[in-house]
Amino acid sequence: MTDMQKYTPSGNETVSREPKWDPGEIQRLQERALQIRRDILTMVHGANSGHVGGSLSATDIVTALYFQAMRHDPGRPRDPDRDRFVLSKGHCTPVLYAALAQSGYFPQSDLESFRRLGSHLQGHPYSAKTPGVDASTGTLGLGLSTACGIALAGKIRSAEYHVFVLCGDGEQQEGQIWEAAMFAHKYKLGNLIAFTDRNRLQTDGNTEDVMPLDPLVDKWRAFGWSSWEIDGHDYSTILSSIEAAKRNENDKPKMIILNTVKGKGVPFMEGGAEWHGTPPNTEQYQRAMEALTHA
Amino acid sequence: MPDYKHTRQGYADALIELAAEIPELVVLDADVAKATKTCDFEKQYPERFFNCGTAEQNELSVAAGLALSGMLPFAATFAMFATMRAADQLRNSIAYPNLNVKIGVSHAGITTGGDGASHQACEDLAVTRALPHMTILVPGDYEEARMATHAAARMQGPVYLRTGRDKYPVVPDIHGEFVIGKGKCLREGRDITLISTGIMVSETLAAAELLEKEGVSTRVLHLPTLKPLDETLILEAAKETGKLITVEEHSIIGGLGEAVSSFVAGLCPVPVLRIGVKDRFGQSGTASDLLDYYGLRAINIVEAAHQLLKLKLPPFWFERPS
Repeated sequence: MTDMQKYTPSGNETVSREPKWDPGEIQRLQERALQIRRDILTMVHGANSGHVGGSLSATDIVTALYFQAMRHDPGRPRDPDRDRFVLSKGHCTPVLYAALAQSGYFPQSDLESFRRLGSHLQGHPYSAKTPGVDASTGTLGLGLSTACGIALAGKIRSAEYHVFVLCGDGEQQEGQIWEAAMFAHKYKLGNLIAFTDRNRLQTDGNTEDVMPLDPLVDKWRAFGWSSWEIDGHDYSTILSSIEAAKRNENDKPKMIILNTVKGKGVPFMEGGAEWHGTPPNTEQYQRAMEALTHA
Repeated sequence: MPDYKHTRQGYADALIELAAEIPELVVLDADVAKATKTCDFEKQYPERFFNCGTAEQNELSVAAGLALSGMLPFAATFAMFATMRAADQLRNSIAYPNLNVKIGVSHAGITTGGDGASHQACEDLAVTRALPHMTILVPGDYEEARMATHAAARMQGPVYLRTGRDKYPVVPDIHGEFVIGKGKCLREGRDITLISTGIMVSETLAAAELLEKEGVSTRVLHLPTLKPLDETLILEAAKETGKLITVEEHSIIGGLGEAVSSFVAGLCPVPVLRIGVKDRFGQSGTASDLLDYYGLRAINIVEAAHQLLKLKLPPFWFERPS
């Protein structure tokens, strides 16, 4: 028996691959994602600051959560029974704010104030100010632990909600991520459903050059989590994976690795580390918006 | 001889008392439950106690998540770990969103003793004072620690509550009502004011006795809340006695001494001498030897008072009441 086989626990969820999702539903989500991607570009261009690449790679999971999988009501942002979303890769506020505005948590026009003085739309998520932001994050590694706390409270109170959390891949170089990994396993946080936006790029380049992360699924399984990887831009697989995770067959926390493309949807940004934290100039913005016209 | 009791035990005993009244109260620790004494809570309420292992960063962010979900988390660890190992989490997970998390620490200051400088947090008050939203409680003995814990549970918002490792003298003078933000005037006087926080209250009172014997009319203030500072009490003392000495088991940088100095500098600039750890790291030793070595005894306070009383002062812009 190899070491890896020993570490790999049985009972990881099986994700149905058959096309059970209505193509009309998928189409609706893709169109929503297109609008969100356009908002991301407009916000970051307008603020002349912000993180485009990682927001675009995360757009499909965030869309699937806010417009299909999560139980939430924009009219009651503090409902104790709502599903929660924690953006652990906190720099990607553009995708979160776009999804919240389009859900109706605040007016779409607020997006114009992103990163401006006096705005409730801070550069990184701030729960005390923004309706719909469930947790403050920013420095990497905090969000997964905070999500653990929310999930633990759910178990203590026998509440039915799920806690969804989106981590960056580069973020997993932070030690705190693995502290949280042990904690979630110990307290059997089966209501915690985490995702990794595995776009393989961080500020200084390719994750495997900066500080190797592979094999990521094996790492999470070794920490006692259910973990598997999927195409992070394919809605039927995303939805089926969330459904499997919600079934929570084994009381383990779930980590779904989303293989994604940084800058997804804007061809000249796709796969470029330089689009981590650089805003597009006006010419680049216009080219990007031209690319984002059809779902 | 006074009784000696652990301040950390006051914190831990209060948690058990509070748990009966507040069903949302939960306790986190980071593998030092036997030292912080939260092990007593664990025995009584095992389902409301969560040991995070030696992972303080995770502990504080988990506490934030619990507070976001309507629980009342008390996170226990050592002062060193809560404020420096997990400074980012203390700031960004808890203080910045103003969450209702109580960080109850033990092993603050040099009286941590034998473990040495690595575990003797003498900078924790400097770190926490600089954080907006943070309330800082530094009780002086077992009973005050117990009352401070009750008060912390009753207020909304983040609280840093500091206790130590050693047994410290019980000081009945400070057992009156505990109100966050209010200091206590333990002794009236006109010539000089001694201001203590935390466990230094007993040495400070002893110093006042010695000074009174020399005919120096000595006021003693005790500030179990470091933030928000009781500015009224301090301003009165500055105006009426014109000379202040602060006494704390912490670096003279960033703690009580600097809080009082910077406050009076603005409104009533009188001389302030600071008794504390003078920009040095601690070292191993018994608590008692360390208090001697670092000059945190009544005799050191008296020496500072002599120095201050000898000072030739320029005429003040304010009138001292006669």
